[in-house]
Formats: sequence, C-alpha cells, structure tokens
Amino acid sequence: MNLKISALDYVQEVKNGNISAEDFVAKTLERIHSVDEKLHAFLSVNENAVDQAREIDKKIKSGKKVGDCFGMPISIKDNLCIKESKTTCASKMLESFIAPYDATVITKLKEQDAIFVGKVNMDEFAMGLTTEFSAFGPSKNPWNLEYVPGGSSGGSAVSVSAFECVASLGSDTGGSVRNPASFCSTVGYKPTYGLISRYGLISYANSIEQIGPLTRTVKDTAFMLNLISGVDSKDNTTIENNNEDYLLGINSGIEGKKIGIIKEMIGEGIDPAVLSATKEAISKFEGLGAICEEISLDMVKYSVAAYYTITATEAGSNLARYDNLRYGYDFPVEGYEFNSYISKARRNFGPEVKRRMILGGFVPSAGHAGKYFLKALKVKSKLTKEVNEAFEKFDLLIAPTVPVLPFKLGEKINDPISLFLVDINTVTANLTGKPAISIPFSHSNGLPIGIQILADSGKDKLLLQAAYALEQTVSLPEVPI
Amino acid sequence: MTMIGLEIHCQLTNLQSKLFCSCKANYREFEINENICPICMGLPGSLPRLNKEAVKKATIIAMALNCSTPEKIAFFRKNYFYPDLPKNFQITQLNIYGDTSVGGPGSIMVGNKKIRITRIQLEEDPGRLIYEGSSSKNQITLVDYNRAGTPLVEIVTEPDFETPKEVRDFLNILSDLLENLGVSDPSLEGAMRADANVSIKGGKKVEIKNIGSFHDLEKAVHFEITRQESLSSRYIPIIQETRHWDDKRKITVSARSKEEELDYRYFLEGDIPWIKIESQIQEQLKLEMPESISSKKERYVSKYSIPSQVADVLSSDKFYSDLFEDAHTEKTAKEIANIITTDLMGLVDTREKRDSSKLTATHLRELAESIQSGKISRNSSKNALYEIVKTGKELSIVISELDLGNVSDTAELSDIIQQVISEEPQAVEQAKTNPQTINYLVGKVMQKTKGKADPKLTLDLLKKQIGIQ
Repeated sequence: MNLKISALDYVQEVKNGNISAEDFVAKTLERIHSVDEKLHAFLSVNENAVDQAREIDKKIKSGKKVGDCFGMPISIKDNLCIKESKTTCASKMLESFIAPYDATVITKLKEQDAIFVGKVNMDEFAMGLTTEFSAFGPSKNPWNLEYVPGGSSGGSAVSVSAFECVASLGSDTGGSVRNPASFCSTVGYKPTYGLISRYGLISYANSIEQIGPLTRTVKDTAFMLNLISGVDSKDNTTIENNNEDYLLGINSGIEGKKIGIIKEMIGEGIDPAVLSATKEAISKFEGLGAICEEISLDMVKYSVAAYYTITATEAGSNLARYDNLRYGYDFPVEGYEFNSYISKARRNFGPEVKRRMILGGFVPSAGHAGKYFLKALKVKSKLTKEVNEAFEKFDLLIAPTVPVLPFKLGEKINDPISLFLVDINTVTANLTGKPAISIPFSHSNGLPIGIQILADSGKDKLLLQAAYALEQTVSLPEVPI
Repeated sequence: MTMIGLEIHCQLTNLQSKLFCSCKANYREFEINENICPICMGLPGSLPRLNKEAVKKATIIAMALNCSTPEKIAFFRKNYFYPDLPKNFQITQLNIYGDTSVGGPGSIMVGNKKIRITRIQLEEDPGRLIYEGSSSKNQITLVDYNRAGTPLVEIVTEPDFETPKEVRDFLNILSDLLENLGVSDPSLEGAMRADANVSIKGGKKVEIKNIGSFHDLEKAVHFEITRQESLSSRYIPIIQETRHWDDKRKITVSARSKEEELDYRYFLEGDIPWIKIESQIQEQLKLEMPESISSKKERYVSKYSIPSQVADVLSSDKFYSDLFEDAHTEKTAKEIANIITTDLMGLVDTREKRDSSKLTATHLRELAESIQSGKISRNSSKNALYEIVKTGKELSIVISELDLGNVSDTAELSDIIQQVISEEPQAVEQAKTNPQTINYLVGKVMQKTKGKADPKLTLDLLKKQIGIQ
C-alpha cells in the first residue's frame, strides 16, 4: 500500500473502496514504529487508532453518513488538548497532564471522522525553532538526520514529510508552522488571526498565535481549513468566514495579481541558495502572469525585537499558572512557603522557557515597560500600518520562509541571538495578524527551501490560490527515509 | 486633614453565570470545588468567554453613580501569584489607554456632601482560602475555587471622606442603591467587601486590605485614624504601606511597605477583544434601569402624602419598596406604608425571615382595606400580619380562625356597653359633666372585647346610652 498520498487522494481512495481506513492506519502505525526511532516526531502514539479506523470502515460499509476525513490519520502537536490524552507541551511541567477536554479543532476533526495517530514533538511550550528545546529530545530532519527539522512544530513537519501521517496540526506564534514546513519540505499555513479557534491550544503568546495545518499539498491545506476554520463561541477572538469553501476555485490562477517582494527579507545574511530560489519563484510567478515588484517594509528590521518582547511578556503571564498546585508533576507541597514552593516547582521548566519567562518578567515591569514593552507595541502597530499600506498596492507579498538553510542539530542551540534571526521572515505575519503560507519550492544539497507568501487579513482564499499556482510549477524529490 | 478613599468590591450576585464561563455565579450553594470548569480553573488551553450580561449590569451601576460610560471597553491582566488565583493573573480593567473601564469619573451625594467616584471596573473574583489546623505549626491552607471567576464590580472613590461616619453613610447608600438596581444582594456573605486608603495631615497614604464586611470597614478606618494620630502626636513618621485588617483582634497589621509593592505588569488581555457599547445600547440600558431610590421617595411623598421619614425608610429597601409597589392602590398607599414600616419591618428583620415569609402583596392590600373599612382594628391587624407571615393563609380565614374581626354588631355592642355602665357608675357620672372622660369608658369596652370593638361605633353608642350628645 502506498502511504505517500495526499489527504484528498486518501479520501478519494477510501471512498472508491480501493483502500480501507483500517489498512491505511495500520500501515501508518507500522511506518511510525519503524522510522520514528530515528526521527522522534512522536511523543505519544494512539495505539487504538486501528480499532477506531475499523469502526469507520464499518460505518462506510453499512452506508451510514461518514465524516469528510474517512479515517484519515492526522498527527497533533502536543500543545493541543485531546480529551483523556496526555498533553505535555514537550515540558516536564506538564509531563503527566491529561486534558479533560477537546480543543475545538479536535472536536471538529472528530466529527469529520479523522483519526489522531499521535501527539507530536515541539519545542517546550512552542518556544524555539528546532525542537531542540523539547524536554523529551529533538526530532530529526527526515531529509538529513543530522539536521534540525525546524520548529516549534517540528514533530508535525517531520511526521507529514516522513509519511507517518497524512496531515498534521501545529501552531504558529512567530513562524512555528511555516519554519519547520520549510525545513522539512511540507506546506505550512498560518491563517488570518481569528480564523481558527484557539480553544484548547495551550497559550504561549495568545494575541498573535494561530493553529495551522501542515500538509503535503496546498489543496490539502485548503481541505483542512474547510474543516477547522470559523467562529467558535469558546474563543472570543474568532472571526466569521461565512462557511468559505477554500477548495472551490483554488485553481483560479494569479494572472494580473500584483506581488510585492519584501526587500528586508532578502537582504543581509541570506543564504545564496535561498536567494536564488526566491528569484526563481518570482520569475515563475511572472510566468504565470503576476506582476512582481520590490517593496520596502522599514519596520521589519525591528520586528524580531518587538516579537520577542511581546511574546516574552505574554508568555510570562500565560505560563504563570504552572505553579504545580492544581496539576503538573509529582512534587510534594509539604514544608514550603507558597512563593518558595513555586520557584522550586518551576525548576522543571527548560532553559529556553526560563529565559523567556525571566525576560517576560522584566520587559513589561514598572520602570522598564516604556523602554521595552510599550516600544514593542509601537513597532507592532507601525508594522501593521506599513503592511496594510503595502496591501493597498499589492495583492500578495513574497519572501523566503527562512533566510537560511536548515542547520545541524546543536549548531545554534547555544547561540540564542543567531537563532532569533532565523525568525526574521516569519514574525511579520504574526505581529500583523495576516495569513501566510510556506510551500516546498527547492532543494540545496539535499536540504529543503520553502517560499513564503502573505496576503491581507481575510484573503486566505486568494493566498491559497497563489500558493497552488506556484506549487504546480514545482517538482521535488522524494524524502530519503 | 483626614482623607479616606475606598475601593468597594461588589459581586454581581444576581447573574446566572460567572464572568468568563458558564459555572454558576451563585457559588454559595455548592460543595467545595464543585462549581468549577476548565475555564475558571485556568486549565491549559482554556480561554475566557465574556459574559455580556455582566458588562450590562456593570454599566448600569456606572450610570446610577453618574459615571461616564465609554463606548469601548477593554480588559487587562493583573499579574501576581496567589494560591486562590488559578491563572496567577486576574482579568480586570484599567485606564492606561484612556477610559476603557465600564465606568469613568462620576459622583454621588451623601447627605450634603458630594463623593467623587474615580472609576468602576469589572473583574473576576479569585477563589477562597480555607485555613485548617489549630496551631500555626500544623496549619494547612486549602483552596476552594467555587468563587473563582465570579463577576465583581470594583468601585473606586476619590479620598473624599473625612470621618468613619461619612464612610458608613456612603456604604449604606451604596448598598441600598446596588440592591435597588437589582444587580446584587448585599446581604449575602462576602457579596460586598472593601479596601480603604487612609491618610492624616502630614502623613503618607496607608492602604488597608482584607476587610470582610462593611461593619468592620468603619471600625478599621476608625482604628487606622487613631493609630496614625497616635504616631503623629509622638512625631513618628507615618510611612506609605499596605496593612491588613486582623478580623479577630480588630486592628490593622503591616503587610508590606512601598518598596515591597507588587509590580502587576498590566497589559491588554488578548483573549477578549475590545467591546463596543453602542450609544443605543447605553440608551436602552438607561430605559431598563429601575427607578432610583430618591425618585421613589419623592413620588411616595408627593403622590400619596406619605410622611417623609416613612417614605425614606420604605424607598431605600428594595424588598419593602417592591412589596409596596405591588400591593398599594391610590387609596391604600398610606396605610400600606404604615403597616410595612411600623409592623412588618419588625417581623421580618433578617434575611432568613424575609425568605421564609409567606406574605404576599395581595395580603397587604386586603389588610389595609380591612383596616380602612373598620373590619379589623389596627391593633388586631398586627396579630393578623404575624399569622399571615407565618402561614400564608388568606386574611379572611386568619380573621375568623383567630377571631380578630371587629365587633360592629350594634346589639352585641350595646349589651357590653350596658354592662360597663352598670359596673362604672362613678365614671358615668363624671362623663356626664366632663365629656372628655368618656374615653375611660371606651377603654373599658375595648378591654371586654379584647380590642375588637369598632371604636367609632362604641363612642356613638356610649354617648347615646349615657345620654350625652
């Protein structure tokens, strides 16, 4: 059986009776058991998946109504709550946390008969770009096991890229879906802020993060978006999408569309291979009838600093609840005064989380907020204004997803500053709330390069149409694992 | 000059659900940690879901206190660690980006004095700590999260009070006002709490926290003024600090100095978008607002000629004024006001008694009508009221069961009067010469009828039978 098919092909094959959900899911689990020792994409595997698939096959056979996923095996980033499953955020702090409820996206996918084959690895609490900050060890890039898969949704990208599932859900706070998608050669999507309910996503920086799908094709992303987007009464920040069908008209092409090339994202420090891939993508767009022009977004140079200031502030607050009183790991309370108990209990956070929480305690504090946090908010609003103005002139913006190629495990972990700069091209979409996609475009020395496209808020459909058009011009090798 | 400012916390007890989830706002009827859910427990991945009704109620309070009400409101996070705070931050309001709390500056009259309101904010109540164990050595702290997330309105005043009495008067007016608005039941334990800021001439501001009731608030303010004056008289500087009210010893104790003040790292709560309160919604809320206490009082005096003092008492208590509104007719209004203020208030003077009272508006109206038509004496009406409150039986049944009806049968009354005349020859003679003294004989008739004789008929018959006009 061929596991290397897209989500839409899977659905078609099951519908046609060519394959059964049970066989496909069983083969997927076999694949996980055989390759994941090397890749370490999964933190936990759902051993009931085959039984669940069998139930769906029964439903199909008996002619009952079946959900749109037809038992499709999906992996879920371990910061999304699945009822009665461990949800660890790849942290020792939540090592034994069993969520008592489903995230809204999980509820929606369950209703559509998706099967969750397992929870996948990430940087602890989604803070990182490589999965090296996972408390349970890093994932490996399937294209070269010595390289990082990107992050923080590294497990999601690895599992999709290495055929350990058909699609995955990750979360994107500053590029955490698009970055690993680029490094592992999958599609990664960060929707307009509010398009997908965050209920059940464990917050890191709630004002800018979104759940997003990682898939093999742009069409699969559109398909996933059809299933999980829309207003949710459990998340007051969700926005109306009028039951948009993102698949409908996805092949509309981009003739006559204006595309802005973000100057600041192809400048200093960019890898030559990434630059030439970007130029190639631009010329392909032009070949499809788009009009491409350079545009300068002055605020981009401050975006990473603003991003870390804002996310640290929100993280410091969002993670304050992990005091180990109501849930957490085994650590006796006896004999501690409240504050000393908390500081003892919080020793179980990893180094990156500690770093950002300390920063988060400092940048918004009285006497320092004006210099850091409030300035960061100013950058955010100026950047948003700039980007909004750009979208008055352009339909879409383009840039490489990451200005550098995937790097080796351990290469940058002790150099947080150079790691931060890997974010430079992705944080703008988060700070401004705009939708952005990374699609697999090229390879250099066997390492993937992704191209990023951004659109204005609410123009998710247009963005998918452009991504689909570019995707059709690309032919890429198969993953070597 | 002594300056006292207040921060009053009032639970919106009349709401159905908590501020950010669907757990019950009325947490009091639950077993410990039974009224909780992933949201009010702040479990990972949960998000707040704003209770719009709470915003409306808080806006009504702002309007009643003559506060400005902004078109857009926002919520903020106040970050601090405390065991009763599930998220280790509280969602509250603040005015750092302009007036974004439910209520801006306003004022209220307390007697002849204007007390300025700084702002009114909507926020979530934390859980409740329970201490167990006899000595400090084996004491343990338990947390009940049933209260966590209960909608709370904080009313902040300017330091416009000068004496504990002014504080008390303000609190009385405020709690009547909140009850009258139908937003809160101040008699519920913990529904109203307050912090106070106290400073005297030449001294720094001292904040007193942890005051559990309005009664203690007055005491705490009084204690604090005395303490500060005592320091001042000995030339000991009064430092800026936060002090806790020790409920058992009835004193304030230093909690932390200015240097140790917490830094709350306030910032916008991104999970709750800014809320627009359109002017038409504000207008609608104004229309829905119950009549104010002062307007009620005025109406009682001008429309029904109820004495000002009676109208005052009646209008300021929602329970009684609601009862009055339902029961009265134009003719019976004054009588009903009398029954309520002189008899009923003594009968149902506690919350429990009010709750168990079986008296209805219909009972009250019938009782007033019966008094006015002479069917029952004012005296007997008290007994009837007592019985009705207890049993809820119909007035006519109570009158006949307890034999409370007036003796207005001429023949029956004549017989009794004849008896009195024969028993009191001296008084009869006196009455003939001095008609004023006839009241003694009326009293004797009343005695024999246990107060049930129709007083007017008795007098007429007496005069006739004695032979005076």
